[in-house]
Amino acid sequence: MANQSISSWFKNGTPWVWLNAGAVSISLVMVVGLLGLIAVRGLSHFWPADIVAVDYTEPGRESIQLLGEFIDKETVSALRLKSAGVDLPEGQTSAQRFLLKIGNRDYFGLDFRWVVGPWMSEGSYPENVVAVERREWGHFYGYLSGVKEDGQVVASDGAAWDELQSRLERANGLVDQIKAIEKHEIGDINHGLESLRLEARELEMAGVNESALQHQEIAQSRQGWNEQYKVLQKALAGLYTALNRDQMMMTMSDGREVEIPLSKVVDAYRPNAMSTLDKLAFYFHEVWKFISGDPREANTEGGIFPAIFGTVMMVLIMAVLVTPFGVVAAVYLKEYATQGPMIRLIRIAVNNLAGVPSIVYGVFGLGFFVYFLGGNIDELFFAASLPSPTFGTPGLLWASLTLAILTVPVVIVATEEGLSRIPRNIREGSLALGATKAETLWRTVLPMAAPAMMTGLILAVARAAGEVAPLMMVGVVKLAPALAVDTIAPYLHLDRQFMHLGFHIYDVGFQSPNVEAARPLVYATALLLVMIIIVLNITAISIRNRLRENAKASEN
Amino acid sequence: MEATNSQQTTAARAIDIESLQRGQKLDMANETTCLEVNNFNLFYGKKQALFDVNMKIAKHRVTAFIGPSGCGKSTLLRSFNRMNDLIDSVEISGEMLLEGQDLNKPSVNVADLRRQVGMVFQKPNPFPKSIYENVAYGLRLQGINDRSTLDKVVEKSLKGAALWDEVKDRLQESAMGLSGGQQQRLVIARAIAIEPEVLLLDEPASALDPLSTLKIEELIYELKEQYTIVIVTHNMQQAARVSDYTAFMYMGELIEFGATDELFTNPAKKQTEDYITGRYG
Repeated sequence: MANQSISSWFKNGTPWVWLNAGAVSISLVMVVGLLGLIAVRGLSHFWPADIVAVDYTEPGRESIQLLGEFIDKETVSALRLKSAGVDLPEGQTSAQRFLLKIGNRDYFGLDFRWVVGPWMSEGSYPENVVAVERREWGHFYGYLSGVKEDGQVVASDGAAWDELQSRLERANGLVDQIKAIEKHEIGDINHGLESLRLEARELEMAGVNESALQHQEIAQSRQGWNEQYKVLQKALAGLYTALNRDQMMMTMSDGREVEIPLSKVVDAYRPNAMSTLDKLAFYFHEVWKFISGDPREANTEGGIFPAIFGTVMMVLIMAVLVTPFGVVAAVYLKEYATQGPMIRLIRIAVNNLAGVPSIVYGVFGLGFFVYFLGGNIDELFFAASLPSPTFGTPGLLWASLTLAILTVPVVIVATEEGLSRIPRNIREGSLALGATKAETLWRTVLPMAAPAMMTGLILAVARAAGEVAPLMMVGVVKLAPALAVDTIAPYLHLDRQFMHLGFHIYDVGFQSPNVEAARPLVYATALLLVMIIIVLNITAISIRNRLRENAKASEN
Repeated sequence: MEATNSQQTTAARAIDIESLQRGQKLDMANETTCLEVNNFNLFYGKKQALFDVNMKIAKHRVTAFIGPSGCGKSTLLRSFNRMNDLIDSVEISGEMLLEGQDLNKPSVNVADLRRQVGMVFQKPNPFPKSIYENVAYGLRLQGINDRSTLDKVVEKSLKGAALWDEVKDRLQESAMGLSGGQQQRLVIARAIAIEPEVLLLDEPASALDPLSTLKIEELIYELKEQYTIVIVTHNMQQAARVSDYTAFMYMGELIEFGATDELFTNPAKKQTEDYITGRYG
């Protein structure tokens, strides 16, 4: 009887429903878990944590005060502590250990320190602890004791904090000015001088006499640029003197008194004195700085805007390149080519291309695009600037092209699929009205297949945005000096190297000297990469849906 | 109640059309020839689909092709505008003349030919565009993009296809939102917009409900004033109702051809009689 009911339970398909539902829920849990982990680890980094002050007494040593943020804790067995040189009291088998971010790397050597729980006093959270985000050496924690102008103390103790705020604002304003001059105006001068150098070189290659009029003209404009440069240099020197005027005096946890020039300070804040609302505002300010800022300190600090920009640019250029190419190839394969063994072979080859490891494409891109194509372009069009290469070096264009080749099979397959779904009677209807095959394709079939092409493009974008390995060979760098788009003609510089979020993750995670400091950035960058891919995909999907709307019901 | 009503109207109108036709005695000898088929053979690879077909199709008359499935009537119809060219394995022999010109000559431009010989298919196949653009499609192909010309032709064609009153307020809406019968009339409007000489209808009403079928049939009756119409149909009552001449085909051969009245009331061949009395097919 029981046997029968089990077999009937199997027969009516219930177990399969459970199996399928189970598979779906496991997938969901994995996706949500992945995103959740990345989000929590990445986003919590920007929260201004309270700074704890503890007395730490290692046996046989003097007691010291430590200031810092709790980052992590773990329970360690006595045996392991012993092997690390720490003896616990008799009878205690394990103890808690805390990871404390103590900052002040330039004075303490390390900005993270493991402390053993039993030797630590109860922590206190003094309101006047100041955390300083510096341009170099990471965070600084200490007590503000005064503010100096040109070496003279202008405010101390209670008044120092308010004085610091206004002076910090002034210093940051000056830094922005200096940056603007260095980046734009001096950048323009450099560009002008470089183009003059190229002009002179071209004349030289054309065999124009040294004393010719053109050479004199060039010398003249060079003089003009140089004079402009001198003016700017003077202005810059003035700004730098103004910037270096102020210093802040800090007392470290061990009692040492140090001076920090305000030119090296990005931000100073007192997390213990902040309300939750203040912290929230500060948090979003920090997140914004991360998204919009340039990286500092070997990418372990500052923002990642260049990497976001590079990733999006590369994917967009790739999409622009791959779509027409893939669509044209698919149209030929499906519509014009005589279907036979040859075409079948080509189709198999195209499908297999999608399975080639991406690093192989990187090698191909380097060999063919960069060295061969780029090298020849340089010889033909940029001969004057040789031996320094223009296109004969890894760059944005080559990276986009390499990824376009990597993703073209996806577009071809999806487009072919879409073309074969167009009902024959629609084509015949168009032909019967006196349209040629090309007109039918162009006016009716391709618009109807557009959603399928978009599907191909969506898959291509998803794959391209996540690809890192081939990019390391054809254009991605750890730190790009300039974005690919700027105000100097021709505005879009396809020959420039660029930064990429995927490579940034690798670089920060594996190449950084300060592992503990870099870890949260790895998560934050990963989260951002995922979000950018999602945004790109949602854009493509909404375009596809609009196209589909137009072609709706044509398949019934 | 409503259903019975509409059925009655359908029947009544069908009789109406028939009685109109009965009035005149048709004879091929008195007609102007529009299409002429001489010793036409067609092969799909090695398989022969049409055997030595000879016939003349009269100008501004409705000619119906009837016969069981697979008898080659659609194949013959599709030869008139060279739709069979799309199938690689098709080979033909013999002549097919449109207004005295061999339409299979290599010098004939297929697109031009299809402009002269329009076609409507079994399943309504409007393009996924607006109603307006569907009708304007053929004109735009000819490079006519002038708005006022297009407006005029669209209106005229939709009126010609008896669809204007139903769609005049929503010309810019998608054609996919029309009912099956409206879609089929739209396709006819699309075909007559480019003013062909011949209109080929490949079972135009087989996918439609009785009321839509009736509308299409009435339309055919009106259209023959201006166009030579060739219609393939499975439905013998339909052939009897709408056509002036009927060709009965069987196994790729033209068995009998003659005035519809004649063929249905007094078939010359035993096979024809068997078919129209429903003994097979």
